[in-house]
Amino acid sequence: MGSENPKIVAFCCEESGMPAYEHALSLGLELPEGLRVIAIPCGGKAETGYIMKALDEGADAVMVFACYEGNCKYVRGNIRAEKRVNYLKGRLEKLGLSPEKIVFCPVAPANGVRFAELLQQEIEVLRKGT
Amino acid sequence: MIIAEQKPIEEILEMLAPHKKILLAGCGACVTVCQAGGEKEVGVLASQIRMARKEAGNPIEIVEMTLTRQCEPEFMEEAKDAMKDVEAVLSIACGIGVQLMAQTFYDKPAYPGLNTTFLGLPEEHGVFTERCAACGNCVLHLTGGICPIARCSKSLLNGPCGGSQNGKCEISQDVDCAWQLIYDRLKAIGKLENLTEIIPPKKWITSRDGGPRKIVREDLRI
Repeated sequence: MGSENPKIVAFCCEESGMPAYEHALSLGLELPEGLRVIAIPCGGKAETGYIMKALDEGADAVMVFACYEGNCKYVRGNIRAEKRVNYLKGRLEKLGLSPEKIVFCPVAPANGVRFAELLQQEIEVLRKGT
Repeated sequence: MIIAEQKPIEEILEMLAPHKKILLAGCGACVTVCQAGGEKEVGVLASQIRMARKEAGNPIEIVEMTLTRQCEPEFMEEAKDAMKDVEAVLSIACGIGVQLMAQTFYDKPAYPGLNTTFLGLPEEHGVFTERCAACGNCVLHLTGGICPIARCSKSLLNGPCGGSQNGKCEISQDVDCAWQLIYDRLKAIGKLENLTEIIPPKKWITSRDGGPRKIVREDLRI
């Protein structure tokens, strides 16, 4: 992580992650300067290629914000997302990179506070890792 | 279809060590279906290689493309322009594709990014099992559509061995006894009498054991 403001790409499910993000904004919570939010229709649309490309192109971390288990509008999209994140963590480890660079974050739509907390936690993890 | 899986990344990185610019070529056929070498996998692997090389202080440029198929010469045209500017190609097609790449672009190394494993099918999403051994002499009409060569661990032709227990093969509880499956299927289709006919010892010359195989269809030759 080369700067004070790590670049975090957040893939946010439109049913949970995006409302949580918007809730965080409406509460005036501090969000990382290097945050880039990408809306996706469901956590299950966070493709392995998108996540790896984001890291490859300079993101310090990629976070996938999706629904809690049992709450996915598309039934299993969140489960697919978590499996992909775990799979990619393994691939990062094989490269000698920190698996903490990719994180799966279940979040409720009206929980902007949790959204902001998860981002801050990830920044702390990244800082400890450098 | 052909089932393959990606080689360990360390092996791939070692192959690519001397190169600064490569083509990473996927295939739109079997390896797309088994999610080992299609367009998505090209993207993920390319990112992985770039990140690893950047971390090692030895960056690499990767041209990404996915050919319609890598097993037919006509489709090699798709890679022609890209191959002019690269030092080598990492093909994540099956072994056939890698070889055709090597043959077509004779002056450049072609590396295999996959281990081609078997002919099979997806039992469920993400689970692939071997179904055919390409033995060159199919007996599926006698065995209710279940292949004793590919699915029996011993490739027995006339019933199970003594290790068959509760429908499972002695090598693992996760492996069905092919002859149990054959019995069940023949019973279901009312052809149990097939089991009374002895299938003679297999002539393996039609299989890989007879050397590289070739089929010539004069009716198709232009």
